[in-house]
Amino acid sequence: MTNVRAEKLSYEVGSERILDGVSLDVASGETVAIVGPSGAGKSSLLRLLDRLSEPTGGTVYLDGTDYRTLDPQTLRKRVGLVPQDPALRTGTVRENVTIGPRLRGETVSEERLADLLDAVGLAGYADRTTSDLSGGEAQRVAIARTVVNDPEVILLDEPTASLDSAAEAEVERLLADLLASGERTAILVTHDERQAERLADRVARMADGRIVELGPTPEVIT
Amino acid sequence: MTLVPERLTDPVVVRGLYQVAAATALAAVVIGISSLRDLGLERELGGSFVRGFVQVIAMGALIGALFTIPLSYSGLLLAAMVCYAAWESRKRGDGVPNAFRISVISLGIGSAVVIVTMVAAGAIERTVRNLVPVGGMIIANAMKTNSLTLDRFQGEVESNRAEIEAVLALGVPPERAISEFVTESVRASLIPVVDAMRTLGLVYIPGMMSGMILGGANPIYAAEYQFVIMGMIFAAGGLTSMTASLLLGRAAFTDAAQLRRFEGTEPTLFQTFRSALSR
Repeated sequence: MTNVRAEKLSYEVGSERILDGVSLDVASGETVAIVGPSGAGKSSLLRLLDRLSEPTGGTVYLDGTDYRTLDPQTLRKRVGLVPQDPALRTGTVRENVTIGPRLRGETVSEERLADLLDAVGLAGYADRTTSDLSGGEAQRVAIARTVVNDPEVILLDEPTASLDSAAEAEVERLLADLLASGERTAILVTHDERQAERLADRVARMADGRIVELGPTPEVIT
Repeated sequence: MTLVPERLTDPVVVRGLYQVAAATALAAVVIGISSLRDLGLERELGGSFVRGFVQVIAMGALIGALFTIPLSYSGLLLAAMVCYAAWESRKRGDGVPNAFRISVISLGIGSAVVIVTMVAAGAIERTVRNLVPVGGMIIANAMKTNSLTLDRFQGEVESNRAEIEAVLALGVPPERAISEFVTESVRASLIPVVDAMRTLGLVYIPGMMSGMILGGANPIYAAEYQFVIMGMIFAAGGLTSMTASLLLGRAAFTDAAQLRRFEGTEPTLFQTFRSALSR
């Protein structure tokens, strides 16, 4: 169980200020949704939380430890990011789900793979090729690819933005199961306020690179 | 210095000019087609053509003098050639971090290993008139491979950025996250040398060999020597590309294992040298 605390995170590219002193404290096992218009800095915030981009100011604490003192690989195993674009590699579902451990020189047992695929509703899909998957299936593979690391914190970037409404409902149900146990701390970026309402304990509303509103879900989403 | 005007009025030089005109006409056709088809390559094609002409004629005028320099200077001359080749080559990986430094190191290692080995083996004579042109040819071919490596690497990374970052986000070491694209760059860069080797003698009958045979050399010896030359080009290209790939895989990431942005710049030669040295 891990607590994530962003402190005065800023991010600038050239003269453009993308994040402007964002502070956010997410408790262990809590799900916080980040909503706001596109261009508000939501995705950039997630990238910074996984240190895929370097903050130009401020830092992030994981259980009180400054994340810059952690090895980036260890950090990203503990804090898993599911990107908006699943960006699967050409190959089988098995190869994609196990790519993290495999490229780190670890192995994933067939049993664990089967459990994971079952959990994301893709039982029996191990040998399908990624080019045959629907958008919703690809997104579920991307979720399994992150969950295989058993991350303490999961960052979800618009997990249903590119899906039709039927696929969206399925992926959302999967996320609800994944997050409901309260075993993982989660930060969910979404432009869909109703989705935030269904999944999150608290909601942060962003605009122009800042958090402009933060509170329990029923207070922010009205 | 009176030598130069005499050389210019030599009937051979005058006849050569007609041949240059014919070659130029062919190049003009290519440029014309590029323009008609809106490929937008006219400047690059035309520029390189004119430049190549000026440079090689200048070299022709100087080469007699060049061959009189002491042998020990030829190393210096080859090093200068490596630097200039790297300067031209790095433009192919526009925006690739440290492209110039990587090119100098890769070209330097690739050509130095081959030149030193072949001089030691006696395949390249220890004379300026042998070392400089053969060395230059090896460097030029290594540059071709290096340019292809950079060009492909830049393209692969730019078009697979999301995929590389998705894998990075799983805690995969950066060199593993990018290795597939590095391998692809090496493979693509070696296509010309591999194909030339495959068709050697069947489709591709290289100039040096033809020249030697026309000049009265034993054809078998000419073939052997041509193979040696091809082997040197092959080895220099391979070493250059593999060195570049090792360095590129690292240069693409920050110390915190973040995939860098590839931002194109147009620095001057001087600025590039200064920043390469200050690192």
